[in-house]
Amino acid sequence: MHFSIKGKKEEGLKLKPLKKGKKSGSSSQRTRKGKLISAGYLFPSAFGVLLFFVLPFMIVIYYSMIDNPISHEFVFFDNFVSVFNNSAFQQAAKNTMAFSAVAVPLAVVLSLLLAMMLESNIPFKSQFRTFFLSPMMVPIASVVLIWQVLFHYNGMMNEVMGLFQQDKVDWLNSSYAQVVIVVLFLWKNLGYNMILFMAALSSIPKDILEVAVLESATPAQTFFHIKLRYMSSTILFVTIMSLINSFKVFREIYLLKGDYPYDTMYMLQHFMNNTFSRLDYQKMSAAAIMMAIVMVAIIGILFLTENYFGKDVEG
Amino acid sequence: MIIPLSKKRADASAELEKWNKHVKKKKKIKNARNMVNICLATMFAACFAVLFLLPIVLTVTNSFMSASEISANYGQVFATSDTGGKVYISEKVNLKFIPDMVSFSQYITVLLKSPEYLFKFWNSVVLVIPIVAFQLLVAAGAAFGFTRYRGRIKEIIFFVYIILMLMPYQVTLVPNYLVSQWLKIYDTNWAIWLPGIFSPFAVYLLTKYMRRIPLSVMEAAQIDGAGEWQIFRRICLPLCKGAMCSIAILIFIDYWNMVEQPLILLADQEKHPLSVFLSKINAGEIGLAFAVATIYMVPPILVFLYGEDYLVEGITYQGGIKG
Repeated sequence: MHFSIKGKKEEGLKLKPLKKGKKSGSSSQRTRKGKLISAGYLFPSAFGVLLFFVLPFMIVIYYSMIDNPISHEFVFFDNFVSVFNNSAFQQAAKNTMAFSAVAVPLAVVLSLLLAMMLESNIPFKSQFRTFFLSPMMVPIASVVLIWQVLFHYNGMMNEVMGLFQQDKVDWLNSSYAQVVIVVLFLWKNLGYNMILFMAALSSIPKDILEVAVLESATPAQTFFHIKLRYMSSTILFVTIMSLINSFKVFREIYLLKGDYPYDTMYMLQHFMNNTFSRLDYQKMSAAAIMMAIVMVAIIGILFLTENYFGKDVEG
Repeated sequence: MIIPLSKKRADASAELEKWNKHVKKKKKIKNARNMVNICLATMFAACFAVLFLLPIVLTVTNSFMSASEISANYGQVFATSDTGGKVYISEKVNLKFIPDMVSFSQYITVLLKSPEYLFKFWNSVVLVIPIVAFQLLVAAGAAFGFTRYRGRIKEIIFFVYIILMLMPYQVTLVPNYLVSQWLKIYDTNWAIWLPGIFSPFAVYLLTKYMRRIPLSVMEAAQIDGAGEWQIFRRICLPLCKGAMCSIAILIFIDYWNMVEQPLILLADQEKHPLSVFLSKINAGEIGLAFAVATIYMVPPILVFLYGEDYLVEGITYQGGIKG
């Protein structure tokens, strides 16, 4: 639970009573020196991030506000307005949001269920763990290959559906396309999320669980009032990781269907990619910045909820 | 009325026995219920496991099919107008687990006849290993910096790191291209290495972990006269060993599968890693794709087999040292 906002409090606790009496002057000097040194440790990374992540981002902001890369004339928010009114952008934003809104919670809940299942002492636990992790090892290109074969119009999925007297579905070229992508995303990410949850479950203090049993708490009560709260920081972490990975799913969609997939699979990254290949930097940058703003908001909300729910436990 | 002590004792022991029996009976019921639950969970897990393993098994078994068998089975999926007429294509897309005839022809082509695949494999290794090693190194320092003497400024920087980590590649890829041209590293391996090495991902994970080390441990060392370097070297690094291993695995997997960065930052196709080649594979080479993919899977599998326990243990701080 040592996260963001709580940081300052802990610093205040640092050793002051011990040192105050003797030589407070040298201790504050020492703190200052320590602060400098610790900033030094941070420096290489900060420099690199500045050069390769912040600077590019600044360039993006710059491009989003000029009319074209040749005349460099400032137009401020014109690009944003034109992108925002672009129907392709609206479609892409809607799809991306819909995908993340469905896939991320599913990834969190399902992996939590899997973790609880594996925690309940079933045989071959470690083998199952390896199996669930195995999708991480498969190169994306061959995943895409297999997916194309599975979900082809004459492919295996439709044959299985046929066994149950269902009509054939053109998975990749209909509104079911998003289902395929969600399944692909879950398949790829459940294993790692599950591992994170297993680690969190095993680090819940045993004595607290025992007390709960003694006080005759039902399993549901233990789950909601103890386990979930102790795992709140892990849940946040898993959500963030799933969010990152939900943006990465573009790579798979792109390899599956190229520049212009079926409407419901058209993501923000497609939009950026396509505006980029038309050399329309300004539009791409404006779209990127809008995406960034939305993401900052989402993460902020996540952190606030985590701080609210997990403030009284130490994890 | 006075009850003799011996009778009291007998009563008590009878009561105890009754109670014990009751508990045993209850336990039996509970055990039976547990057994059913465990069986159900196992079956459920087994079903999931089959689904999860399916693509890997398919990739491996299909790599032993001959080219004609592959195109007969999957031709329809990948057929383009110019290849469509030449080969026999079945109506259905057969998903076959076991090849009709085990053939090593694909492997022979990949490993012996055309060395370009091996070159590309080597490119992957050359691109990925330095990234993993140095990203960890840089991240360990940064995480230490974020852990010690936390203040408002550092928290803000850390939040910026999280935001940057969440940015999809597509946002910064074009500016990255501009920056790499400006630094004159475009079309060299450095263009891939440097952004990889300074990626905020490992910093975030490692900081989150390092902050769980009890402050008292570091304070104790400080009282004993350890400097920052010694705290870093002798306390933080050893305690974070598991976490670093697990992060190394994640970074490795991520960069082993990179597609976008080399495409944009490396103009020279000779320098592209195998992952790029795999993603560009077309209908004509579909038979090779499975064999190449299988070979490409070997390093991640080895990494997993070696490091899986770290991956599990390294994520949360369970502490060798109690604060």
